[in-house]
Amino acid sequence: MEEILQTELLLLFTAIPLLGFLATLPWKNNQERIIAGIVRVTKVVYALVAVGYAIAWWWTGTPDADHTLVTLFEKEGFEFTIIFRYDAVTAAFSITGAMLFLVVATFSKYYMHRDEGYKRYFNTILLFAFGYNLIVLSANFETLFIGWEIIGLSSFLLIAFYRKRYLPVKNAFKVLSYYRISDVMLMLAMWMLHHLAHRNILFDELSTLSMETISTHREGMASFIAVTLLIAVMVKSASFPFSHWLPRAMEGPTTSSAIFYGSLSVHTGVFLLLRTYPFWEHLDWAKIFLIFVGLVTVFTAGISASVQPTVKTQIAYASATQIGIIFIEIALGFHTLALWHFMGNAFLRTYQLLVSPSVLNYLVHHQYFHRHTRSDKPPGRIQTTLYMLGLREWMTDDIFHRYGWKTLKKIGALPFPAYMDRFGWTQVSGGMILFIFSVIPHTFSPVVDQVLTHVILLLAIFTLINGFAFRGNALRVWNSFPVVHLLILAAMGYNDANIPVIELAYYLSGVTISWIAGYWCLSQIRLIAPDLNLKGFHGNVYSSKGLTFVFLLSAAGVAGFPLTASFIGVDLIFTYVHEDQFVLAGGLGICFFVMELSAVRIFLRIFNGPHPRLTHPVALRSS
Amino acid sequence: MTEQLSVQFDAAHVLHELRHMLPAQQALKDFIHHNSLHAFQDRRFYDAIFEAADLFGYQVHLELSDYRGLYKSGRIRGDVLKDIIRRKKGESDDWEQKMLHGDYDEARHPRIGRLRALWKSVYGIDLDELVHPRAFRMLCAYLDQGIAGQSFPVLNHGFLADIRILDHRSVLSIFRTKQVRDLFQSGNYTIEGLLGQLVGDPAYFRQYLFDTHFAHPGWSGFVSAAEQHPSTLLDARQINLREWVEFELLMELDALMAELGNRWKPLSHHAPFSSDEFNQRHPRSEYTEMIELWQDAFEWSYYDAVLKGIQRSDKLRRTEKNNPHEIQPAHSFQAIFCIDEREDSLRRHLEAMDAGCETFGAPGFFGVEFYFQQEGSLIYDKLCPAPVTPAFLIKETKSAHRRKGELLYAKHSHHFLTGIGFSLVFGVWAFVRMAKNLLMPSMSPAISNAFGHMDTDSELSIENRDTSDREQGLQIGYTIEEMTTRADGFLRGIGLTEHFAPFVYFVAHGSSSANNPHHGAHDCGACSGRPGAVNARVMAYILNHPAVRESLSKKGIEIPKETRFIGCMHDTAADVMGYYDESKLTAASRTIHESNKLVFENALDLNAKERSRRFASIDTRQRLRSLRKAIHDRSVSLFEPRPELGHGTNTLAVIGRRSLTRRLFLDRRAFLNSYDPTQDPDGNILSAVMRPIGLVCGGINLEYYFSRVDNIRLGAGTKLPHNVMGLFGVANSSDGDLRPGLPWQMIEVHDPVRLMVIVEHRPEIVLKAVQSSPAVFEWYANEWVHLVSFDPETGDLHYFRNGAFERYHPLTKDEEIGSIRNMTDFLESAREMETNHIIDATEENLPVLLLE
Repeated sequence: MEEILQTELLLLFTAIPLLGFLATLPWKNNQERIIAGIVRVTKVVYALVAVGYAIAWWWTGTPDADHTLVTLFEKEGFEFTIIFRYDAVTAAFSITGAMLFLVVATFSKYYMHRDEGYKRYFNTILLFAFGYNLIVLSANFETLFIGWEIIGLSSFLLIAFYRKRYLPVKNAFKVLSYYRISDVMLMLAMWMLHHLAHRNILFDELSTLSMETISTHREGMASFIAVTLLIAVMVKSASFPFSHWLPRAMEGPTTSSAIFYGSLSVHTGVFLLLRTYPFWEHLDWAKIFLIFVGLVTVFTAGISASVQPTVKTQIAYASATQIGIIFIEIALGFHTLALWHFMGNAFLRTYQLLVSPSVLNYLVHHQYFHRHTRSDKPPGRIQTTLYMLGLREWMTDDIFHRYGWKTLKKIGALPFPAYMDRFGWTQVSGGMILFIFSVIPHTFSPVVDQVLTHVILLLAIFTLINGFAFRGNALRVWNSFPVVHLLILAAMGYNDANIPVIELAYYLSGVTISWIAGYWCLSQIRLIAPDLNLKGFHGNVYSSKGLTFVFLLSAAGVAGFPLTASFIGVDLIFTYVHEDQFVLAGGLGICFFVMELSAVRIFLRIFNGPHPRLTHPVALRSS
Repeated sequence: MTEQLSVQFDAAHVLHELRHMLPAQQALKDFIHHNSLHAFQDRRFYDAIFEAADLFGYQVHLELSDYRGLYKSGRIRGDVLKDIIRRKKGESDDWEQKMLHGDYDEARHPRIGRLRALWKSVYGIDLDELVHPRAFRMLCAYLDQGIAGQSFPVLNHGFLADIRILDHRSVLSIFRTKQVRDLFQSGNYTIEGLLGQLVGDPAYFRQYLFDTHFAHPGWSGFVSAAEQHPSTLLDARQINLREWVEFELLMELDALMAELGNRWKPLSHHAPFSSDEFNQRHPRSEYTEMIELWQDAFEWSYYDAVLKGIQRSDKLRRTEKNNPHEIQPAHSFQAIFCIDEREDSLRRHLEAMDAGCETFGAPGFFGVEFYFQQEGSLIYDKLCPAPVTPAFLIKETKSAHRRKGELLYAKHSHHFLTGIGFSLVFGVWAFVRMAKNLLMPSMSPAISNAFGHMDTDSELSIENRDTSDREQGLQIGYTIEEMTTRADGFLRGIGLTEHFAPFVYFVAHGSSSANNPHHGAHDCGACSGRPGAVNARVMAYILNHPAVRESLSKKGIEIPKETRFIGCMHDTAADVMGYYDESKLTAASRTIHESNKLVFENALDLNAKERSRRFASIDTRQRLRSLRKAIHDRSVSLFEPRPELGHGTNTLAVIGRRSLTRRLFLDRRAFLNSYDPTQDPDGNILSAVMRPIGLVCGGINLEYYFSRVDNIRLGAGTKLPHNVMGLFGVANSSDGDLRPGLPWQMIEVHDPVRLMVIVEHRPEIVLKAVQSSPAVFEWYANEWVHLVSFDPETGDLHYFRNGAFERYHPLTKDEEIGSIRNMTDFLESAREMETNHIIDATEENLPVLLLE
């Protein structure tokens, strides 16, 4: 029995939703019966596997099981492996996920009937289930990271589900930018872990690694890892000061909000905490910090939950409050309690969101029989201030917007406002030359190398931010991406002369294909709507659904999403940043952060949002 | 300066205009259908809709490609199209060419929003983004009826005064600049003054206010509705549009100062257009004329066959009458339904089940207007048409029904501390509830239950004991005289003054649905969007009252002693009937009543079957019992966004005897109001009968029309992402505008055509009846509703056009009207739409057919 559990059975968890996802792709939106049939088979088999496996695992005395699927890339000191593992934490997350998926998919079959995005909806939640299972079954960071990115993308797609309206598109972008922070933090954690261990390690080995770190006095590196991990978790689990993205994510159909933001998606942070606990449990400050974050979240989100006058916002904050408490439980070592708490919170909030429209009838009826008493006593200073803070969601959204967002835009626009306007062959050839010279063996002094590395990377960052703030022709920004990639590679080439060509090929292959595909899409769009400015939304999805889909893939690909080999290339590149080069690592992090946002921004502005020509019903901005 | 202001800008007047133009929808619990473009109703339909499109950018008709698609599919008939062109444009081939092949720029360039857009284009300031989320949040929190665990801290002095106290006491201000905060606290500002700072030239003030408030018509409309109907908020709030306008102007000023300091000038300095442009009405274009022809052709392609069908059915009636071999059976029972078009099918099936059954239609408040108070309730519910203000109160006592709570809806679940217990202990329970509702849907306290507001055997204070018996200024119950007046008027209105059957049922209607904030829109429109069971019960009581019968007989209406009136209600979603006061029947009549109930049950079976053809998830061919269960389950399923389809597909209103429509299959598309022209030769009763038709049926029809053609701006959009705001409305996002109008799931089966009212009387009498009041006449004179007279003597049709009736000869030939031989086969073979795009969706709506 135990041998059976160790085998390919673990693959089923990811294979089933992935196959379901692929099988639902070729159909038309109105072929509901076929799509629903595929989803039915998928959800039932998925649930059976999850529950069946859990029972068998429990029967055999809860052995930890793992299985290596494939090693995608291997070299000395680096291997990129997809590897799965099953233990108690996995069991709790996997069963909860499977049960909620079963319920929500069944619910949605009726709920989504005849929606113009019926097919898109089921594609996306299947993709989500795939990403979720990659996370909860992952045995190493690489596997988890792929799932992390997939969940981010599917989240984004469901928030922007009603893509012809302004608010969903705007909020999807907002949430994606937070998710991307979390992604970059994970990248940095993986980079440092790699240097700490000199190899790619499994979650299993974190405990030993942590001991080694302490015995070899490398707490600095360990602290860096802990900080990045905690930030990644805080963002993903909507704790203070990031809680405000959670209610803003509830733009899609109620069912998708229920499974994503009520439950599974927000709790992936909890999963990461439990998985990495052996690593940071010896760092007292990390535990204290986590308890502190938990407490602040409980306080702030708790007050927000009690004063918000809309149902979904209320549930979002109520969920975030409980996650704050779960943080504290984990930090204090009560992991079984945390798991139960997670399951209960996930089920409860999913249910509450699913039935949230009925709250109107229920509570109005309640009003018939219960008089609301008002006090004439004037409210005190603390009460009013807390009320105002809760209502304004502690102003974290405003603060991030003003000091994060706008600053980024200002930086992008400041030094040479016309830079992107004139972006063309000069920059392209410049990038090429820098790249080629970096590849050709050379003998500069290390100082020159370092200066070149940093200057070139700075140039890449500058180009990206400039493109991000750019309001002119989208094609210029799009064309700057390959140049940026060349600049990144050039910078890394000067940093470490030993990058093999094969790794460069990995990196460039996907990026190039994506760039070409995206270029083609934009050229096609230009035939229909000549103006490709990035000032506002063009809503081209109204007339060009196919191109929208292809461009989405291109934008994801060009930013290094796990869709092409470039994803591994990006990971490889990070290994050439040395362990003391925090600035360089941070710079690269900024590059991948801004690049994805910039690419997605083009996708949203050109293809999504309200159509500017009122030849058909077009939504008001505020709707 | 002040003088100049008063000349160019009158704040009170503009506020009045805004109130008139903004959506008038009250809290969702009071869903009252109305014409979405009611502000334009003083103009002719086509002029009005194109003006609304020109001003606000609404889509007010189908897209040109859709009309052409409908023509291609045959739904728009070629002969009708030609006839319309001939009637409106004379003999001309040009128009047909233009309609079918012309190339037009269809883009609308609304005048709204241009001025305020300058903030963005001149200063790069996104004022919507800076102001909307905060202002909406504050307003929603203030109006919140009980979602938040902690309500707004100050609630006793009116909107701005309360906010002022909050802002004064709180360390954190609503405003970002001290300057505006001080201004707000001082209360020393006016709309004119604020507009002067923001806009500058008073000539632009009106345009600016329109721009501001039509950027979020939902919220502003709701403020205006709550100002005009304060009772729509059960937990009362003092709010008015003026204060909301002031508040938003202050927030705008604050945002500009915070972002730009003093580096900005009032907008009129930058306006590249004159202030007159906003008020300029554009003449109709060739494009709009062509759309008018298309829309007419679309409508008449349906009407023409209906009118022919009515003529044919009338011919059949005459031959039947002249046939001495066929003897009319004695009436076994009579049933009086609401005029609601959803009852058409149930009436048809009842009559088919029992040849002795006679049915009537009347507005579903059954002629009794009052407030109702459920036992234990703190609230009086108005049960009569919205414009009526009753002076009577009916209270329920001795109810066995007790309202239960629902654990997982408790507010404690959101509290951080009790929330721990809730998620740890009840999390699994939540999962069980989810699974249970998926597998075995059943009624629960969270589901809106049509029968929930009154116990079947409770007592009602219908009869007034003493005219001094009053509560809150309302008389409790009716006196015998008041009862008699209402009974007399009601019976004469529907022409039921003789031939009473032993049992007469008053069948009210209501609708149960789960997870549906729009549940009020499915209830009885004549009862202010509530189930009408109390009215049915009250009228039955009145007509059973010996003293009332005695008075009625003096007025010439003789009700046989053995005749019993019984109040009951049809749940139009669940297809279930509930009967009231059955315990008061004698044993003998109870037996007959039970057998009548069986007839109702059998008719409900077929009714469920007929409805099921439009529900993709239900197989129409399955056994009746499982089909009934499937229909019932829909009404209590949380996952079902279409518990029923409401008034979708409504197109007709027939005012006349049942014999006019009894032989017709009208596909649940006709409001049927009983009226007997032979008892009313001069049309005195007709004026009263016609009074609510435009407002109620026309209002429903036009709300469906506009929600169908522009579901995004005039409707509520798809309900799937809706978020309940403060218990009074829905929005799409936590920061979104309120969404009045109907959600997509309610209108997708609807063909956007105007209502055609067919009245069984001579044209001159009909004309007199609709001219009885200008408000009634407006509906017909401005063609928001079509009007046809059917002459009961000659069988001729007259269509009302340009203020006069003209003879109408249907183009449809006798043999083109199909017929139904076997209802079961017919229903099972009906097609289901492929997509919900209008060209496919309309395939589900069947033409008029004869019943054999």
